[in-house]
Amino acid sequence: MDDKTKYVLRLADNALILGQRLGEWCGHGPVLEQDIALTNIALDLIGQSRMLYQYAAECKGDGSTEDDLAMKRDVFDFYNVLLVEQPNGDWGHTLVRQFYYDTYNYYLYEFLCNSKDVRIAEIARKSFKEISYHAQFSAEWIIRLGDGTDESHERVQRSINDLWTYTGEMMTPDELDRKMEAEGVGPNLDDIATKWKRKVNEILDIATLKRPEESFMQTGGKVGEHGEHLGFVLAELQFMQRAYPGMSW
Amino acid sequence: MSQKDNWKIWEVFIRSKNGISHKHVGSLHAPDAEIAIKNARDVYTRRSEGISIWVVPSDAITASRPDEKEPLFAPADDKVYRHPTFYDIPDDVGHM
Repeated sequence: MDDKTKYVLRLADNALILGQRLGEWCGHGPVLEQDIALTNIALDLIGQSRMLYQYAAECKGDGSTEDDLAMKRDVFDFYNVLLVEQPNGDWGHTLVRQFYYDTYNYYLYEFLCNSKDVRIAEIARKSFKEISYHAQFSAEWIIRLGDGTDESHERVQRSINDLWTYTGEMMTPDELDRKMEAEGVGPNLDDIATKWKRKVNEILDIATLKRPEESFMQTGGKVGEHGEHLGFVLAELQFMQRAYPGMSW
Repeated sequence: MSQKDNWKIWEVFIRSKNGISHKHVGSLHAPDAEIAIKNARDVYTRRSEGISIWVVPSDAITASRPDEKEPLFAPADDKVYRHPTFYDIPDDVGHM
């Protein structure tokens, strides 16, 4: 698989796995309105992943389809960051995961709208309005939960601390990220990190939450080294195609 | 503490396009006005129903009382001359 294909798969896998995670909230949201809001975002993400898988399938050029890429790869062939496969936890925990990711994703796609790869740029421009909304939505919720009741403050601070270790991977460039940057396809991740930190600090301040100390950052997802959770996510996502190969409705 | 204690109900009004008035479409729960707008966006405008949203706390609305229905509305019933029903509409006009 060439570098470009792998890079597109990273983008696609992040969107699909996070979309699938958010989809788990369907029917379980704390109130009807929030249930609909999260599943809306889930659908946006899965829609974005489809465009990216279609492009990745074309890049691969071996006759694979978007469905093959989503439904027939196993854990070690997924390149999503560890953050997006983390379990939902409570409402606040899900929104912290979302806030960390959306903030990164916003600056990433802002760059990708002008990627030298025309197809990536097209997909990014189509997705950017949705992604901007997601970023607004999760930041608003962090502010409300942080600056809410004693209980919401304490619980969301715990999630801010617990998920912090998964934030570094998104913005730590590896060889492939650097190569894509050199070709003008992907961004300079250090730039993204600077913007991400500024935004996260700003929102945490408003939310009266403490930013965690710099500490050890988990990595591995981008190269297919995942935690225990992804297998369970895929088991649910891929069940039908695994049990009844090729079935459709 | 349940959300029923601390989440207000909001009435939602959507303007479908420029030049049309905002129209009441329903109500929803939200902790504050900003979230009410976002919830309204997700609940009521997913299929391009609108270009502008108003939200109003339900308790800010003063409604007429059902038991005052007679004095409020009945007097209009016998004043048929207030309805423009006495004109013959030419066939060419079609539906008006």
